[in-house]
Amino acid sequence: MFITPEGKEIFVLDGHTHFWDGSPENQANIHGKQFIDCFYAYHSNLSPKDQLWPKAKFEKYTEADLYQDLFIDGPDDVAILNSTYLKDFYKKGFNTIERNASVAKKYPNRFIVNGAFDPRDGEKALEYIHWMKETYDIKGVKMYTAEWNGASKGWRLDDPDAYKCFELCDKLGIKNIHVHKGPTIIPLNKDAFDVHDVDHAATDFQGLNWIVEHCGLPRLDDFCWIATQETNVYGGLAVALPFIHARPRYFAEVIAELLFWIGPDKILFGSDYAIWTPKWLVEKLWAFQIPEDIAAERGVQLTDEIKEKILGLNAAKLYNIDVEARKAELRAQPISIAAE
Amino acid sequence: MNIATLSPLPVSRHDQVWAALDLVTDPELDEPITDMGFVEMVAVDAEGGVQVSFRLPTYWCSPNFAFLMAQDIKSGIDALPWVRQSDVQLLDHMAADEMNRVVNAGGFFSDVFNGLTKGEDLQALREKFAVKAFQRRQEVVIKALQALGLTPETLVALPLATLETLNLGEAEGAKARYLSLAHSKAILTNLALTTYQRAPLTVVGFADYMGLLRSVRINMEFSGSLCRGLKTSRYQEIDSDGVLSSVPFAPPDLTQAKHCG
Repeated sequence: MFITPEGKEIFVLDGHTHFWDGSPENQANIHGKQFIDCFYAYHSNLSPKDQLWPKAKFEKYTEADLYQDLFIDGPDDVAILNSTYLKDFYKKGFNTIERNASVAKKYPNRFIVNGAFDPRDGEKALEYIHWMKETYDIKGVKMYTAEWNGASKGWRLDDPDAYKCFELCDKLGIKNIHVHKGPTIIPLNKDAFDVHDVDHAATDFQGLNWIVEHCGLPRLDDFCWIATQETNVYGGLAVALPFIHARPRYFAEVIAELLFWIGPDKILFGSDYAIWTPKWLVEKLWAFQIPEDIAAERGVQLTDEIKEKILGLNAAKLYNIDVEARKAELRAQPISIAAE
Repeated sequence: MNIATLSPLPVSRHDQVWAALDLVTDPELDEPITDMGFVEMVAVDAEGGVQVSFRLPTYWCSPNFAFLMAQDIKSGIDALPWVRQSDVQLLDHMAADEMNRVVNAGGFFSDVFNGLTKGEDLQALREKFAVKAFQRRQEVVIKALQALGLTPETLVALPLATLETLNLGEAEGAKARYLSLAHSKAILTNLALTTYQRAPLTVVGFADYMGLLRSVRINMEFSGSLCRGLKTSRYQEIDSDGVLSSVPFAPPDLTQAKHCG
């Protein structure tokens, strides 16, 4: 819960968090080391100085750290834990659904655990989707199209094998597809940040919600165009939001573009924990105003009402969460109930 | 002595290589790789051999962008008349080994990722970045002109010759880059401002066109800001006492890690 300076309670649903193990013990090869090193560079590059973590903690933090940073020190009410396997890089995977579900079980009402699958696994991917639904009753999945799989260096959302998986998701009620576009797509000779496969998939699967993390940046214009055409495409603010500290005017331009093109109902807050922690992000977002000249250029404002939607109400709709009921449940349970 | 008859000051071969590298840009950013701090080492030997190594902000930087830079470095050096042999090394990158081998052999991107590319090489991608580079500089030029009080009515009809003579202050660098990009593609003839496809701008479409240019800049600033930041942060770590230090790159010792686990 975030309490505004005027005393108003704001429901916060953090749309993008991780519980990973990137420690040297779990790294399978040089790529595993380089992957967590790259995350750490994002962390140290865009965090305020007083929010920097030691490298060792960043590589592997505890369940208690996660709970503390999100819900006790941080303002989150509920957080979506996304799964990212990276089995080619990490011996036990980077953050698997088992690892996420295990921590979620200890802290009732706090987490939404999303699964992940790799369409390149063919039939096995379909079996795996069934298994995740039956075992964890997932409502969403996280897709990482730049993931390596043997000789393959990535995949596209409109690949035929991917379509079979999305058909199954639709049928099983796994409605929310979080898409993370990494810097590598197939074919490799094309623009590495291209987002047009989202357009095809979203058109062909109208029953699914497509949440594009970091709003397609650095292809914000293409993303906005697609999200304006497709009613079922949403933008996650992870990676874009931390600029609010280092380059606030730049963040203003991004959020103004998003408000102008896709409107206030399709933008979702996400801290991308543990790359960043939600406390400072939410505090700064709440205090933020778009500078007058940028607001005038695009004719948009970031009002308190819009901030409340971005921070939680929009995501709550996608995951069918009754905000008032959930608030009451959380109030009734002692905050440290499952902390060990 | 007639000053015009003086030959230019002798420039060392080392400096000539750096000058050639100044002309190589990161395609995603349209910034010189030398400004970005990507070039790590330049070595020139007496036999006309040149070695250049460069490093990108992350191990994961897109292989095709990296390949374009490596290729441009190689061709830039090879164009120097005294160069007999050149070697370009991309360091600490996911595809470094294959890429270095192919670039130095004068091969194509598709030779690096056999089977993972579709037919054509990187020409379409080069063209796409050329458009963005042009648009990004054009926005800076237009905003500087607007700051001088020029209206859309004046801007759409502004002669190229006038733009060349106007002093845009802080935007002079962007103007020079804009004119050089326009010149290299023969985009501008009489008018100072047209689209990349040589269409004149219109008063009625002016605001929309500026919106397009703005979105191009927002994308490029995102990449540029991250690249500069990640380049700085790449080899830095904080230990448990909160002390920041630079960590030289070293592959993980997996034998040791196994024992720890």
